[in-house]
Amino acid sequence: MKPGTKLKSAACDTEVMVIRCGDGSIECGGAAMGEAKPEAVGTPSADFAAGTLMGKRYVDAAGTFELLCVKPGKGSLSVDGVALQVKDAKPLPASD
Amino acid sequence: MNIALFLEMAADAAPDRIALVCDGTRWTYADLLAGARGAAALIRQSGVAHVALLDESSEAAVMALFGAALAGVPYVPLNYRLADADLGALLARISPALIVGDGARVRRLCPDATNVIVSRADFVAQAQALTGDAPVDADAGDDVAIQLFTSGTTAAPKAAILRHANLVSYILGTVEFAAAPEEDAALVSVPPYHIAGIAALLSSIYAMRRILMLPAFAPDAWLNLAAGERASNAFVVPTMLARIIEAMGQMVAKGASQPDLSALRAIAYGGGKMPTELIHEALDLFPTTGFTNAYGLTETSSTVALLGPDEHRAAHGSDDPVVRARLGSVGRPLPTVEIEIRDEDGRVLPPGVPGEIYVRGEQVSGEYRERSALDADGWFPTRDAGYIDADGYLFLSGRADDVIVRGGENISPGEIEDVVMTHPAVAEAAAVAIPSHEWGEAVGLIVVPRAGHSAPDEDELKQMVRARLRSSRVPERVLFADALPYNEMGKLLRREIKTLFAR
Repeated sequence: MKPGTKLKSAACDTEVMVIRCGDGSIECGGAAMGEAKPEAVGTPSADFAAGTLMGKRYVDAAGTFELLCVKPGKGSLSVDGVALQVKDAKPLPASD
Repeated sequence: MNIALFLEMAADAAPDRIALVCDGTRWTYADLLAGARGAAALIRQSGVAHVALLDESSEAAVMALFGAALAGVPYVPLNYRLADADLGALLARISPALIVGDGARVRRLCPDATNVIVSRADFVAQAQALTGDAPVDADAGDDVAIQLFTSGTTAAPKAAILRHANLVSYILGTVEFAAAPEEDAALVSVPPYHIAGIAALLSSIYAMRRILMLPAFAPDAWLNLAAGERASNAFVVPTMLARIIEAMGQMVAKGASQPDLSALRAIAYGGGKMPTELIHEALDLFPTTGFTNAYGLTETSSTVALLGPDEHRAAHGSDDPVVRARLGSVGRPLPTVEIEIRDEDGRVLPPGVPGEIYVRGEQVSGEYRERSALDADGWFPTRDAGYIDADGYLFLSGRADDVIVRGGENISPGEIEDVVMTHPAVAEAAAVAIPSHEWGEAVGLIVVPRAGHSAPDEDELKQMVRARLRSSRVPERVLFADALPYNEMGKLLRREIKTLFAR
């Protein structure tokens, strides 16, 4: 896995761009994401069904992983079973 | 990641929302994406090494920017105000290129048969007619997205390159996707070949803030567009702001009705030194508008430090000289950027001590076609001089190359100019290095007298500098002029001032 990779959910419509990453399995809806969309898309597991939002960045607590949601879906994101959080960015005034 | 993803995301989220208004025509995000994809197909067919624009801003600039990104070819917007010889030299450096815009001028200056030359109207028509291009896929972002020739105020233009990863990092670090309400609109009047013009397109599209494009700046046209389309945001260079305020003053004097700028929530400015008096005037004139001063360079993918709206109001309303002085600063670094001040030997300097500004961050390319200017730790020496105060505010004092070295002593032109500008009869002042037999270099001062005042006395100006600074700062020669030479972005052309002293 490397930055710039586009990953697709096996459990919903979610697609993400990898901004940064380390070792670990990136999942959506509780299932590993892949570069190819599986033919049969499942449903998110109950623990990972909070949904993803277009344009939000998702990070792990250590800041090793950062994913940009480019297509939203019903599943939520995790790495090795640990849920990712929306990155809180202090809003900046428009400068250009 | 590829910057074209930003347009794709906006078109996915709201395909029918208006993305761009230019010359009365409205383009949706879906229109622009289709145009960018068609442009990419055209660029691929052409087999060129660069995609250039020699034209004012229009929808073609957006399609060329994102089309080039999708095709993996660097986009090179060119300064159409350049003299023929200078433009010809740049054209030779980018051939073979697909060049959109003034074809007759290109053929005259660069008769290279490998170039593909297309007018604005034909380019847009072909981009709309061609279909194709799958969605943006995996892309590490290492390719060159944009090549911009620097303005070359001190030397021949350098070809600065910005990679997709630099620009993506800047946008993700500063803009929240789709954060703009649908009624928001950003008035873009900077030319397409300036980094601020490119950053404005990327930021506005990612924020999903409708772009109001003003192809050629004129104060009345700016005011009419701002009022007619209810602009919520605008970016201006200081000279534009001065001319807008002047035009509004003339309307008042004539008893003409004022344009309705009640929607204008935010004005950002940058690209040159803002006169303190002008920003105070603007803050009074637009009491409910938030002002943001943005400092950045081409090589840093635009903004690296900013002074925000609250800081402007606090400084404007303060009696504390330290707080008030911040209106002359460019604010603090972005959270994603590091800034240091270093001396000539590369040692980091403490707060308050002037030196050269160094910048580091993912958005900082610091790279030219010929070489990278980054040091081993990724720091970019900007060649801008300045200092950071105790609270972390960055103050600029000109280009490092403009420093006057008198008998081994470094003198910043800004410190002399600031003193002279306090004289009531001085409208503008610039200090430059002039050759000195005794000192190597000495201070030359050029002064524009204020309208309605007679020229200030030369000895009085010298005495002011001696009293407020020290004797080494006292100008050796003083010239008076009707105006100072600026380029179209409001950058003072010190090189030209030096030639006035050589006469």
